[in-house]
Amino acid sequence: MRIKWVECAALSVMAALSVMTGGGSWFLALALGVTLLKCLLIPTYHSTDFEVHRNWLAITHSLPISQWYYEATSEWTLDYPPFFAWFEYALSHVAKYFDQEMLNVHNLNYSSSRTLLFQRFSVIFTDALFVYAVHECCKCVDGKKACKELTEKPKFILSVLLLWNFGLLIVDHIHFQYNGFLFGLMLLSIARLFQKRHMEGAFLFAVLLHFKHIYLYVAPAYGIYLLRSYCFTANKPEPAASSLFPTLPFQEGPLSCILGSKLLGCVQCFGQSALRHRLLSVGKAGDASIFLILSTTGHYSLFPLLFTAPELPIKILLMLLFTIYSISSLKTLFRKEKPLFNWMETFYLLGLGPLEVFCEFVFPFTSWKLKYPFIPLLLTSVYCAVGITYAWFKLYVSVFTDPPVGKTKKQ
Amino acid sequence: MEKWYLMTAVVLLGLTVRWTVSLNSYSGAGKPPMFGDYEAQRHWQEITFNLPIKQWYFNSSDNNLQYWGLDYPPLTAYHSLLCAYVAQFINPDWIALHSSRGYESQAHKLFMRATVLIADLLIYIPAVVLHCCCLKEISTKKKIANALCILLYPGLILIDYGHFQIMYNSVSLGLALWGVLGVSCDWDLLGSLAFCLAVNYKQMELYHSLPFFCFLLGKCFKKGLKGKGFVLFVKLAGTVVASFTLCWLPFFTERAQALQVLRRLFPVDRGLFEDKVANIWCSVSVFLKIKDILPHHVQIIVSFCLTLLSLLPACVKLTLQPSPKGFRFTLVSCALSFFLFSFQVHEKSILLVSLPVCLVLSEIPFMSTWFLLVSTFSMLPLLLKDDLLMPSVVTTMAFFIACATSFSIFEKTSEEELRLKSFSVSVRKHLPRFTFLPRIIQHLFIISVITMVLLTLMTVTLDPPQKLPDLFSVLVSSVSCLNFLFFLVYFNIIVMWDSKDGRNQKKIH
Repeated sequence: MRIKWVECAALSVMAALSVMTGGGSWFLALALGVTLLKCLLIPTYHSTDFEVHRNWLAITHSLPISQWYYEATSEWTLDYPPFFAWFEYALSHVAKYFDQEMLNVHNLNYSSSRTLLFQRFSVIFTDALFVYAVHECCKCVDGKKACKELTEKPKFILSVLLLWNFGLLIVDHIHFQYNGFLFGLMLLSIARLFQKRHMEGAFLFAVLLHFKHIYLYVAPAYGIYLLRSYCFTANKPEPAASSLFPTLPFQEGPLSCILGSKLLGCVQCFGQSALRHRLLSVGKAGDASIFLILSTTGHYSLFPLLFTAPELPIKILLMLLFTIYSISSLKTLFRKEKPLFNWMETFYLLGLGPLEVFCEFVFPFTSWKLKYPFIPLLLTSVYCAVGITYAWFKLYVSVFTDPPVGKTKKQ
Repeated sequence: MEKWYLMTAVVLLGLTVRWTVSLNSYSGAGKPPMFGDYEAQRHWQEITFNLPIKQWYFNSSDNNLQYWGLDYPPLTAYHSLLCAYVAQFINPDWIALHSSRGYESQAHKLFMRATVLIADLLIYIPAVVLHCCCLKEISTKKKIANALCILLYPGLILIDYGHFQIMYNSVSLGLALWGVLGVSCDWDLLGSLAFCLAVNYKQMELYHSLPFFCFLLGKCFKKGLKGKGFVLFVKLAGTVVASFTLCWLPFFTERAQALQVLRRLFPVDRGLFEDKVANIWCSVSVFLKIKDILPHHVQIIVSFCLTLLSLLPACVKLTLQPSPKGFRFTLVSCALSFFLFSFQVHEKSILLVSLPVCLVLSEIPFMSTWFLLVSTFSMLPLLLKDDLLMPSVVTTMAFFIACATSFSIFEKTSEEELRLKSFSVSVRKHLPRFTFLPRIIQHLFIISVITMVLLTLMTVTLDPPQKLPDLFSVLVSSVSCLNFLFFLVYFNIIVMWDSKDGRNQKKIH
């Protein structure tokens, strides 16, 4: 098999990085490890989103800007803000070295092996921003006490939960999307807010909005947090301003409000939204419990996205891996506080197992499959909705009833 | 154990990597008329399900031995039969006599891959986990890291899940591992039963048989030949005979049956070696056409003698001083001797050496990692033939990162950590300035890795010259062979010079 220098270059870069991990940097090892796993996911199933992005590469590469938002040869017209279009334009200049044909607007559903390779590599490569953002977030998290044991340090747990996030792996590297680097932007802006670099945080968020407008869901949270902690801070006596926001729970910090508004907004993207709650979860036990319910339920709700047989073991194995690790590591972190789940929550989470067995292994062999093929989807949606709504309630209750944390969320 | 969840995570990760590798193409995909090992597998299910036992190993109109005839021991055949029953339940077309030849479909591929994963999960992986949990004087974190590295070993994953191997290596290696565990923990009867099953699954496990025999014999001697030792010996002999009888029972009805099976298992007519393999015979034949110079029976004798000579010292030492540690190192050196000097060795047989090396990973992480990397590299031509470049590179890098982070291998290259202290001390009695051994080894490592990387790059980007179409595979196997010779010397040194200082050496972890 003859491969081109681009692939050699990519693999050589990774090889060089892996040599560097010989120095013992656990963060680099985690990041490289998950990157290698992403490479192994290259031959898996991909959805129509693959064609969507190929089409956008073609549009931005072959047509003048004035045509980008009018072009409609393909049904998958450009429907993301301009920065994303520029992003695709930049990618297209690399794409031409892999396979020129994918940049032809009329090559609908073109998916040669080199196209696949390029697209997958582009997602993996742009995740570098996400890795950097996680690194920045970890700087903001300090352990309560000096833990000698690496696997019990909050930084380590946070890194694993973020870098090896099940939702991102499934949606970005199998289904095919570019959420990794977008989340990277958002995490970076949150990290900047944590680091009191408000202008940078605000700028990054504004940039993010121009990549994907769905992040408007969290704009209110950003707006109010920035108003409260940057424009009208406690140092500047502004009684009128503070009375405007007496009962809003935004003193807690950027994360609670993002959580709240995100939950309000997005019904389908629960698995992705759970990402944001990682930072919360390593801080307090109560938050950890909410995060776990939210993320486990959210991740399970992504299962219908991968409905092909070869991917079935992957989604089950990765889900088990992530869920077992997240629950156990957070339980270990908070073992000195009350148990993370009550009996009801435990029962609910365990119920996901039989639900999966029924939907995936029992139902296809019953007579209902022909008459009511939507039943597994219905059951999954309803069951997950219960959990997510419950988590939302719990979060709001905790935000209102917990004593204010003060200026920072660091512990 | 505490931190059980981390061990579970490691196992799940191992399974995920295995399944994702299996999504790639398999050997002989879409290549009639012979297809490849995958088709051989399917064919054996067809044969064992449709024909009576007496016909499994014989040539007949229904069973053409030229088309992937059964050439593994009975346990493999029984396993194929079991899989065939499941296949019959799902889709009888998969194993219909004659008409299912060359059957290829998405569903069938999933079924075959699933059988490998299940066998791995039931036999090999629990053995690895148990081995790591039983390691002494190591922290829990290191035990889990050890399990991660062993489960990420690329060679086994790529052969069993990428190049769909003729018969689940994870089963035979797993059974052998159970044997090692049993025998090391003084459950000698169970251990030898497990090993007998391994040998009856794949005859290549005989590479491990001498160390097992010597270790158990040594134990009998230690217990006293006139008392408990003799009782143990008799019990072990009984276990071995019983297990072999059980497996071969249907073939003992007629003398011709058993002989035919043996003829299929040990095809001495096939010659000293086939294809390119990283052993002495193939490497020497680049310069000296041994196959043409020596007559056939002389080849067998020479091969036999060299193999025996190279493994004798370690085995004798093991018999006189049996210890679990010595046993593991002797397994390595013995299997490596067989690989380098024996008859009809295939590239995949390096896995038989890799398994014991995985077992000593925690003791000499630097050298073990190096060896395991070379062993994967030695199979490069085979892997490239099956279009497995990406999974090979990815799994190799993942393995390297796991080992480098878990064991800090580049810091563990002193004489003591390489277990070469006693050897160096002995040499220094004659050559007082002999202190440069670790530095030499470090330089050799760098040269070895650079050569492997360069050869890999060359093989995938360049076309070989017209006159030498096999240039790259020959280079790969010769370079690997040189590396293996070095390791043979190294492991023999450890076995021979170890022991007396074994108890005095500090544990460095």
